[in-house]
Amino acid sequence: MSNPAPEVPAVRLQGIGKRFPGVIANDNINIDVMRGTIHAIVGENGAGKSTLMKILYGVQRPDSGTIEVDGTQVSMGSPADAIKAGVGMVFQHFQLADNLTVLENVVLGAEKLHGIGGRARQRIVEISDSYSLGVEPDELVEDLGVGARQRVEILKVLYRGARTIILDEPTAVLVPQEVDELFGNLRGLKEEGLAVIFISHKLDEVLSVADEITVIRRGTTVTTVTEPSSVTARDLAELMVGSELPRASSEASTVTDEVLLSVQSLSLPGSGARPLLDDLSFDIHRGEILGIAGVEGNGQAELVEAIMGMRERATGSIRLIDTDLSSASTRQRRESGIGYIPEDRHRHGLLLDSPLWENRVLGHQGRPPSVKHGIVDKRAARQDTLRIIDEYDVRTPGPGVLARALSGGNQQKLIVGREMSGDPILLIAAHPTRGVDVGAQAAIWNHIKTARREGLAVLLISADLDELIGLSDRIEVILRGRFVGSFDPSDVTPQQLGSAMTGAGASA
Amino acid sequence: MSSARLVSFLLGLLAAVLALVAAFAITSLVLIIAGDPVGEVWGEILTFPEQRNLANIINNATVLYLSGLAVAVAFKMNLFNIGVDGQYRIAAFVAAVVAGEAWLPGYLNTALAILAAVLVGAAWAGIAGLLRATRGVSEVISTIMLNFISTSVVAYFLRKAAVREEGSNTLGTREIPEGSRIPSFSIGDGPGTEIYGFIFIAVAAGFAYWFVLNKTRFGFNLRATGQSTTAAVASGISVKRMTIGAMLISGGVAGLVGLPILFGDSYSYGSTFQSGLGFAGIAIALLGRNHPIGIALGALLFAFLDEQSNPLQILVGVSPDIVAITQGVIVLTVVISYELVRRFGVRLEQQQVAKADKPVDEPKEVTA
Repeated sequence: MSNPAPEVPAVRLQGIGKRFPGVIANDNINIDVMRGTIHAIVGENGAGKSTLMKILYGVQRPDSGTIEVDGTQVSMGSPADAIKAGVGMVFQHFQLADNLTVLENVVLGAEKLHGIGGRARQRIVEISDSYSLGVEPDELVEDLGVGARQRVEILKVLYRGARTIILDEPTAVLVPQEVDELFGNLRGLKEEGLAVIFISHKLDEVLSVADEITVIRRGTTVTTVTEPSSVTARDLAELMVGSELPRASSEASTVTDEVLLSVQSLSLPGSGARPLLDDLSFDIHRGEILGIAGVEGNGQAELVEAIMGMRERATGSIRLIDTDLSSASTRQRRESGIGYIPEDRHRHGLLLDSPLWENRVLGHQGRPPSVKHGIVDKRAARQDTLRIIDEYDVRTPGPGVLARALSGGNQQKLIVGREMSGDPILLIAAHPTRGVDVGAQAAIWNHIKTARREGLAVLLISADLDELIGLSDRIEVILRGRFVGSFDPSDVTPQQLGSAMTGAGASA
Repeated sequence: MSSARLVSFLLGLLAAVLALVAAFAITSLVLIIAGDPVGEVWGEILTFPEQRNLANIINNATVLYLSGLAVAVAFKMNLFNIGVDGQYRIAAFVAAVVAGEAWLPGYLNTALAILAAVLVGAAWAGIAGLLRATRGVSEVISTIMLNFISTSVVAYFLRKAAVREEGSNTLGTREIPEGSRIPSFSIGDGPGTEIYGFIFIAVAAGFAYWFVLNKTRFGFNLRATGQSTTAAVASGISVKRMTIGAMLISGGVAGLVGLPILFGDSYSYGSTFQSGLGFAGIAIALLGRNHPIGIALGALLFAFLDEQSNPLQILVGVSPDIVAITQGVIVLTVVISYELVRRFGVRLEQQQVAKADKPVDEPKEVTA
C-alpha cells in the first residue's frame, strides 16, 4: 500500500446529514482526520456522535454528504465495505467470545486473510509487537482483564488491515491506570501512521491524548480545535452544551447521626467459590449520601438488588429505621419507603410499551393515588403523572405517550419523579445519570441533592467518579464483593479511588 | 387525547384489514396454482349467510370466543397456553359427569357443573403454571404434553362413566336432565336457528376479562409482567405468583370452552365431542390482539369462514379445507402487519415527542 501525500486527509467527511423520523441526528457534519493523528470527537449524549460513527462504519447510510478515505470517495453500505476501505471500529461493548482464545477471536470472520493456524498466529504476534499491545495469541479471553480485552479488540481491527481506527467511548469501562495504558497504545498507533478517531465525553482524557478535537452539538460540527493545549475542559464543555455548565458539587453537609438504613453482614453466594457479596455492613444516616465506587461487576448491582429484595439467596440483616426488612418481599420493601432508580432503566425501570401514567403506577401498585382497593385509579394516576411531568420537567406531549417514545433523559426524569413519590425514606440511585444528556444530568443531580436536604438517606452507585465525589458525603470502594476502603470525598482524587477500585492502592 | 385514541384505533383497524387482505390474496394464489375457480370460491364464501347458517356461525363463534379469551389471558403475560385444547376437553368431561349425575336439582346442578369445569380447567393449566414457576419448565412444552395426557385420561374415564345407549355404538356420559340444560333462543323461524343461551355467559366472560386486565391491580401486574419480567420484579411483583395465577385463569376460562355445546346441543360428553377448538383459539387471540372485542370479531370471522366453506365441495368442487389455509395464513399475516403498524405508530409518537422535546421558552401547555 503506497502512502498517499500527507496533506490528503485519511478520512474526510463533508456535509454529512442523517434524519430519523422526528429527529435530525446529523446535519452538515464536516470533519477532516489527518493520518498520524488522534482526532477526538466530543459531544454530549444525543448530539449525534454514535450516528456519525455508524455512518462512517457503514452501519447506516447518510442521507446527504460524502465520505472520502485517503482522497477517494467511498460508499459504505456495510461494515465489510468499511473494512475494505481500511476503516475499523472498536466498540464500547466488546465483541469477543469469552470461551475462545485470542487467536480464535481474532481470526473469527477473517479466516481468509492468513488462515487460522501458524500464519495467523505469527501475524498476531507481529502486530502485537510492533504496536506493543502485549497480546498473547493463545490465552483464553475469559482470563483477560478489561484493558487486555480492549487491546484484543484493537488488534482484531489491525489484523483486518485497518488504517483508520474508530474507538467508541473506549475509556468508559477502564479505571484511570488502564486509561493511561490505552493512551500509550494509541500514541503508538499514530506514530505508525494510522489515524485514530476517538469518541468520548470525558474531556480531560480527550485533552490529554488528542491532537485535534471536533465538537458536535445538536447533530452538527460546532468547531474543530487544532491546538488542544489552547483550550480547557470547561471551554470544550461549553462548546458542547452551548451554555453555562452545572457542576456536581456537594453543598453544606446535612448529615445527622440518626441511622435510617442499617445493613449488617449482607452476603450473597455466587456460583463459584467466591461470594458476590461478602459480609457487607454499613449505615446510612438521615440526610446522607453514601457513594459506592467500583469497577463494574464487583458487586454493586448485587448490593442494590439484595437491598431491594430481588436476590433470594442474600443473607444478613437490613433495617429501615425500625422496620426489619431482612426477609421482606420487594413490594414490602418499596412500601416501607425505599425508592429505587435502577441501573438499567429499560430493563428494570420502565414498561416501554405502556403509557407514562401506567409507568407511574409501576412499583406503586399497592398505594394511592394510583391504586385504591385493588382497582387502578387511572384518573388519579394521570393527574399525578402530570405533576411529575411538571415538577421534573419531563418533555412529553402528555401522560398518554408510550415510555419508549421519550429520550433517555426524559425517561430517567420520569423515574426519578416516580421514585420520589410516596415519601421515600431511602433512595437507591444506581448510575442515575448514565446515558442522559447534560441538561437532564444537572436536573437529576439537583433532585438527588434535594432528597438529601429533605432528610432522605441516599445510596448512590456510579461509574462516574466525578459524580460520586461531587455528590457523596462518604464513599465506600467495593472490590470483589467487599468494601476495601472508605474515603472522604472532600480530599480524594479520582486517581486514588481508581487505585482502590483495582485493589492496587493501600486502603485508607 | 381523544384524537390520539382515534389514531390508535384506526391503526389497529388498518392492521387487521391489511392482514386479511394479504391472507385472501395468498389463498387466491393457492387456488390459482391449484387451478381452482378463484372467483366462484370467493363468491360462494362471501355471500350473506342464511338464518340457519347465521345461527351456526354465532354458536361456533361463542365457543371460539371463549377459547380465544383463554389463550389471550396467558398471552397478556407472555405465556403461551397451547393446552387450551386439553383443558377444555377434560373440563367438559367432568362437567358432563357432574351435570349428568344431577346431585343438585335444576340450575343449581348447572352452576355446580360449570364451577367444576372451571376448577378442572384451572387445575389442568395450573400444573403447567406450577412447573413453570418452580422448575422453569417451558409452558409451551408442558401444555402440549398435558394435551396428550388429557386425551388419554378422558378416554380412560369415559369408559368408566359411560352409559351405552340402546342400539348405538357411541360412548357417552349420562345425559344432562332437561331441567339443567341451558335454553336456547331463536333468531328466526324454522329449525336450526337457535342460539346457545351460553352466549350470555361468554359475553360476561369477555367483560370480566376486560375489567380484570385493565382496571384491577392484579391485571396491571399481569400486563406489567408480560411486558417486562425484569421491570415487574423491580417493582415488587412476584413473578412466580403471577405465572401461576395467569395459568389458573387461562385454564379456568378454557374450562368454559366446551360448555356451550354441552349444555345447548349434545347434553352429554361422548367420544365424538368436538376437539381442536383450543388451537383455533390461539389464532383468534392473535387476530384479535388480545382485546375482548377484537377476539369476538376474530371468532366471528373464523366461524364465518368455517360455515361458508361447507358447501364448496358440492357447489364448485373445491375442498372446504381451503379456508383452513386462509385461517392459517391469517395467523402469519396478522403477526407481520401488527408489527409493521406498531412500528409506524411508535414513529408517529416519537415525532410528537420530538416536537415537545424542543426547549421552548413559553410555558408548556398541558392538557388533562
